[in-house]
Amino acid sequence: MPNIVGQHLLGIAGLTREQVDFYLHTSQQFVEVNEREVKKVPTLRGKTVVNLFLEPSTRTRTSFEIAGKRLSAEVINVSGKDSSVTKGETLIDTVMTLEAMAPDILVMRHPCSGTPQLITKYLKNVAVINAGDGLHEHPTQALFDTLTIKQHFGRVEGLKILFVGDVFRSRVARSNILLHKLYGNEIRVVAPPTLAVKEFEELGAKVYHEMSEALKGVDVVMSLRMKHEYLKDQFIPSLEEYTRKYYINEKILAEHAPNCVVLAPGPYIRGVEIDSTVIDGPRSLYKKQVFNAVAVRMAALFLMIQNPQKADAENYTEDTVQ
Amino acid sequence: MTELSKRIVLKGAKVIDVALDIESEKDLLIEDGKVAAIDKPGALNELKNVEVINLDGKVLTPGLIDIHVHLREPGQEWKETILSGSEAAVAGGFTTVCCMPNTLPTNDNAEVTKYILRKAEEANLCRVYPIGAISLNRKSESLAPMLEMREAGCIAFSDDGAPVSDAGLMRRALEYNLMLGSVLTVHEEESALCHGYVMNESATSLRMGLKGMPGAAEDIMIARDIELARLTGGRVHFQHVSTARAVTLIKRAKEDGIPVTAETAPHYFTLTEKEVENYNTQAKVSMPLRSELDREGVLQGVIDKVIDCIASDHAPHEADTKNREFDHASFGFIGLQTMLPLTLAKVRSGNMSLKRAIETLTVAPAKCFNLNTPSLKVGSVADITVMDLNAKYNVAIETIKSKSKNTPFMGKEMQGAAVLTIVGGRIVYRAE
Repeated sequence: MPNIVGQHLLGIAGLTREQVDFYLHTSQQFVEVNEREVKKVPTLRGKTVVNLFLEPSTRTRTSFEIAGKRLSAEVINVSGKDSSVTKGETLIDTVMTLEAMAPDILVMRHPCSGTPQLITKYLKNVAVINAGDGLHEHPTQALFDTLTIKQHFGRVEGLKILFVGDVFRSRVARSNILLHKLYGNEIRVVAPPTLAVKEFEELGAKVYHEMSEALKGVDVVMSLRMKHEYLKDQFIPSLEEYTRKYYINEKILAEHAPNCVVLAPGPYIRGVEIDSTVIDGPRSLYKKQVFNAVAVRMAALFLMIQNPQKADAENYTEDTVQ
Repeated sequence: MTELSKRIVLKGAKVIDVALDIESEKDLLIEDGKVAAIDKPGALNELKNVEVINLDGKVLTPGLIDIHVHLREPGQEWKETILSGSEAAVAGGFTTVCCMPNTLPTNDNAEVTKYILRKAEEANLCRVYPIGAISLNRKSESLAPMLEMREAGCIAFSDDGAPVSDAGLMRRALEYNLMLGSVLTVHEEESALCHGYVMNESATSLRMGLKGMPGAAEDIMIARDIELARLTGGRVHFQHVSTARAVTLIKRAKEDGIPVTAETAPHYFTLTEKEVENYNTQAKVSMPLRSELDREGVLQGVIDKVIDCIASDHAPHEADTKNREFDHASFGFIGLQTMLPLTLAKVRSGNMSLKRAIETLTVAPAKCFNLNTPSLKVGSVADITVMDLNAKYNVAIETIKSKSKNTPFMGKEMQGAAVLTIVGGRIVYRAE
């Protein structure tokens, strides 16, 4: 049993391939739970999960909330505008106060990179799942992206993965790059040089600026969001210019990567990043990603607080709801 | 005054005096706050009514000078006071420190300057020379009253912590200081290139998802001010040089005869950006810790005298400002008690001679700011540092004299320490 049981999940960094495999294996068992008519299992009955979201989020918070509820945990959502952080309390004080209420798991999203590393220095009795920290990591996202890829290809290794768009500002890309490095996959990024900066090479990705070159022979295209709010930083002159060169449509995919599948962490912008014929078409695994997200988060919550000796999900996913 | 009139013989130490070109065993007599005699070993043995301090195996030098410290008073006395900072200084072997103007209120007028000098007199440990602001509130909008501050006792001017972003204002400040005869000591960053930075820009910052400052942001401003010094003939001193490229630029400027000098801090030739891995806020500093190539370049610059001197950039911050998000943690760390051992480490590693190391801490910083040349020649003010090059210890909270204990060197082993510090003939620090 890989030693991830009972450990925080702060990032893909620090995980081994074996540990990722175990996460995927466990997640797949929760996928099966989520395919049932009755999706609720008593696994975490009596456990408390706090979702502390200090950055706006709808899909991730909802996904974690559903995951916790399907495991029968008590789930409490705390968002930035409700919390004491806005009253000047430090993050450490906020999480220590929450810890004093004896929850079992703290799921945190925070706009500053490295905050999971910071709070786990202080927390003793609560397991932490990183739901996105600044531009740094978003490990559950990388795990369910990979689960989705694995379901499609039957494997994770031996694939070529391309990230299109704002890789510079993407924690999703960072976590995914770390993960695919574990499997020895060829990782590519494509965007204007202001975003696909040359330092990505040192992180293990090949840097491209031309879509046609970048797409050649890839198995997976991951479309990253181009954030409107970042235009003021002048990374690109306009979204129109971006779209002219990096738009993902069926034509370019059919020409350069005819067998590829397309993933998107969302929210995606139709007509700017990606064409409706792609996101709604047969290549798109987007809805599967979102579906798998719940299972991966159930697995993460489950593994956080299981006894390491007994952490086999099969024993806990029986349909035993009373 | 009785203490001043006490006669002390310092006996048996190896004396290193760069100005006098001495590097040998000498005995010294201190009388009336001055060096009354410096002679061969044993020559002062017959003197009566003297306190003899035996310094066998120790090294004795003119008092060390740190031309870049933050003493936080007035305004942030919970971080440091002029008294606590002076205690740290003398324990670190420094007899003179120059304090930066980013106090609250800013030292941009004579009243604040006089306040600092009064507090330094009350502390009565080391010499504290205030540095006044170049611009009002260090905002780079309008010139601070530098004549008034110069007359009140400021020995140089700086907007440290911030660049003089307006090139026109920098030009005027340089020209104006030709009249005052003072040096502008500058924090060099082109803010447009590094807005919101928290570390060096590199693959590490990319991976960590932190905003980086490219080395070019520092180099460009240094290049600008080299050209402004060329244009005006004004004296520019570059603070905390952190890039290899900057060393090259300064080297060329000096070869061209442009009146520039430079300092670096020990961390820039000791540490790299690796220190901030795992979001270690203790190593968050401005300029940021940079690459290994930069570290090597800066060290070479010190060896080659392109970088004239070493200064600590002693920056006390209470723990609360460091125990937080990396993005929001304060910049800087204390350095008065680690500067000497970190410099001596480069002597032990064979990078530079002991004499050059002492030069970077005595004669060279004095020359950068046009201070009196530190020397032990007869008649000189008796500012003296005695160090034990073999003392081994770990950096520990209990021995840090600063009010703030923020340092990336906490717990690290050091070798070399001041054991006796004398200011104006008076013993202000003596190791137990």
